[in-house]
Amino acid sequence: MSGRTLFEKIWDSHRIRSMGEGRDLIFVDRHILQETTSATAFRGLAEAARPVPFPALTCATQDHIVSTELNRDADSNPTGRELIGLMARNAAAHGIRLFGLGDTRQGIVHVIGPELGLVLPGTIVACGDSHTSTAGGLGALGIGVGTSEVEHVLATQTLVLPRPKTLRINFEGQAGPGITAKDLILHALGTFGIAVGTGHAIEYTGPAIRALSVEGRLTVCNMSIELGGRLGLIAPDEATFAYIKDRAFAPKGAMWDRAVDSWKQLHTDADAQFDRELSFDVSQAAPQITWGTTQQDVIGVDQPLPDPHTMADRDLRERTESMLSYMGLTPGRPIAGTPIDMVFIGSCTNARLSDLEAAASIVRGRHVARHVRALVVPGSTSVKKAAEDKGLDRIFIDAGFEWRSAGCSMCVSINEDIVPPNARCVATSNRNFENRQGPRARTHLSSPAMAAAAAVAGMITDVRRLA
Amino acid sequence: MKGQPFENFSGIAAPLPRKNINTDAIIPAPYLRTTDTNLATGLFALWRYDDNGKANPDFILNQSGFEHSTILLAGENFGCGSSREAAAWALVRFGIKAVFAPSFADIFYENAFRNGLLAGILAPQALATLVTSINSDVACAELIVDLSGMTLTDRIGQSVSFSVPDFRREALLRGDDDIATTLNHSDDIHAFTKADRVQRPWIYETGLEHQ
Ligand code: SF4
Repeated sequence: MSGRTLFEKIWDSHRIRSMGEGRDLIFVDRHILQETTSATAFRGLAEAARPVPFPALTCATQDHIVSTELNRDADSNPTGRELIGLMARNAAAHGIRLFGLGDTRQGIVHVIGPELGLVLPGTIVACGDSHTSTAGGLGALGIGVGTSEVEHVLATQTLVLPRPKTLRINFEGQAGPGITAKDLILHALGTFGIAVGTGHAIEYTGPAIRALSVEGRLTVCNMSIELGGRLGLIAPDEATFAYIKDRAFAPKGAMWDRAVDSWKQLHTDADAQFDRELSFDVSQAAPQITWGTTQQDVIGVDQPLPDPHTMADRDLRERTESMLSYMGLTPGRPIAGTPIDMVFIGSCTNARLSDLEAAASIVRGRHVARHVRALVVPGSTSVKKAAEDKGLDRIFIDAGFEWRSAGCSMCVSINEDIVPPNARCVATSNRNFENRQGPRARTHLSSPAMAAAAAVAGMITDVRRLA
Repeated sequence: MKGQPFENFSGIAAPLPRKNINTDAIIPAPYLRTTDTNLATGLFALWRYDDNGKANPDFILNQSGFEHSTILLAGENFGCGSSREAAAWALVRFGIKAVFAPSFADIFYENAFRNGLLAGILAPQALATLVTSINSDVACAELIVDLSGMTLTDRIGQSVSFSVPDFRREALLRGDDDIATTLNHSDDIHAFTKADRVQRPWIYETGLEHQ
């Protein structure tokens, strides 16, 4: 028998039975709920009078619609009150632990899962948000699901899913100075496009991946969905185990030792076959920034904007023209030097402690440009607390940033945090779609350090010049 | 919406052959703030309305003959972006019963079928043929959707095939409730967890149960 990939090992160990047509019934180890995609699922459960059989494998938070004001409560954001209240009532009714507003463990679903030791190597994690793939950074299969599937997991603790194909993306070379996990994944998007991973579970390998911190691996896996993949993962190693040890809900004592022994098997065997393999070299990559309205429209900050006149393919030319026009950019001009209006440092992609530290190291002793509004929104209440313990909040506030409470904020702009029409925002989140951060908002995705550099320069700029 | 068997129908097909139509475009975030927001109103809101909330005459669903479309013809990678199932709900509430595109994003594809919305794969050439004929003659927009035969036929009898995996076609035609189907396998789930508790006790003893 030939070897198996990491994905196959995890999937097979969760497979309860085949459901035909290439679909499997798989067990879900951890289910994390948030307020915007669960309400309708609970209503469906109630209508069918179905119980939740595994409440101890389930937890909930409030992150998407909550206000991020510093001294917030459920009334800070009247438009969110209904969903916030429903999450609390539904969790209580089913004995599900809620880390909601006011709880020290509240935060963005994909930040608190790893942070609380709920996401463990080799687990299958489901959540009603597409960036559940973040869990792959710890060697877990994180599966983003829709609301009907949230209801399915609540009622059965399982999912029925087509078994994805496997894709390995190998990151060759060594990232240059100032090149972060976010730059690497944006560079992969620019190289392979937003559909390369459709129908696939992606495993990230190679020296540039192994060199990443655990938090950097979470950032890479977070954006698997931007590559079209529902799943992305990185094999766990000693750094992963050290990251998880002693976290609130991680196994303890003898159970910890048993768990680590089993996690050591979680790697792709040398003779395993992938359905598809891709490789690219990251050693020449500059800090990355998106210029268009899909995540593959990304360039190095030292490069010029694309020029539709040079494009032979009509479809590509027209799409490029329309994106440049939406973004208010001049073809062919260098992207560096483009004036900006807003900066958003936050989201499940880049709002962990190391992200805030990276941004703070650029900001320290500098000031946000006069015409720029800049926000720092920690990924969780405990990230916020840890940052405050290190004095990062003072660095940001002294530099003219707004220091806010944890939540999704301007990543999804479903609360009151929005980018005004035609304003240009450098954001550390994961989506630059038209109107994502608000009607006619113009979004450029980058790393936290690049976003911090843009805030102080008042324009898109190469962070390596400030470092 | 669940549990309604899908029936063949004839309806107006709106051509929207852009690529990568994402879930944020299908249903913008402001329409997700409550559970009972009128999702039909929010469908493609930022394309459908101008800044003053008036209908944008250039958008296909505002054009004469297309206001009551029940079929959407879209470009590749339809439904990319997020997991928001409200994208499927908004289409269904608007009255769309079937979307045809050369490819769909994974999560949207699941969400569509779970809400009784047919997501049929159409070869790029077939999509181009339909769009061209609708653009040259609006009467060609009326199509018969035959799910059992997997064909789309227009008034002059011109027909193209689409594809849907067998199990999805049958589940749609029967109007299956997915949760009930899974619960039929409760014994298997129980047997799995019984053995798994021995293998991986740390999965089950989370500490979450202690409030
Ligand atoms: S930060 Fe953005 S991508 Fe992450 S969970 Fe929140 S809305 Fe989803």
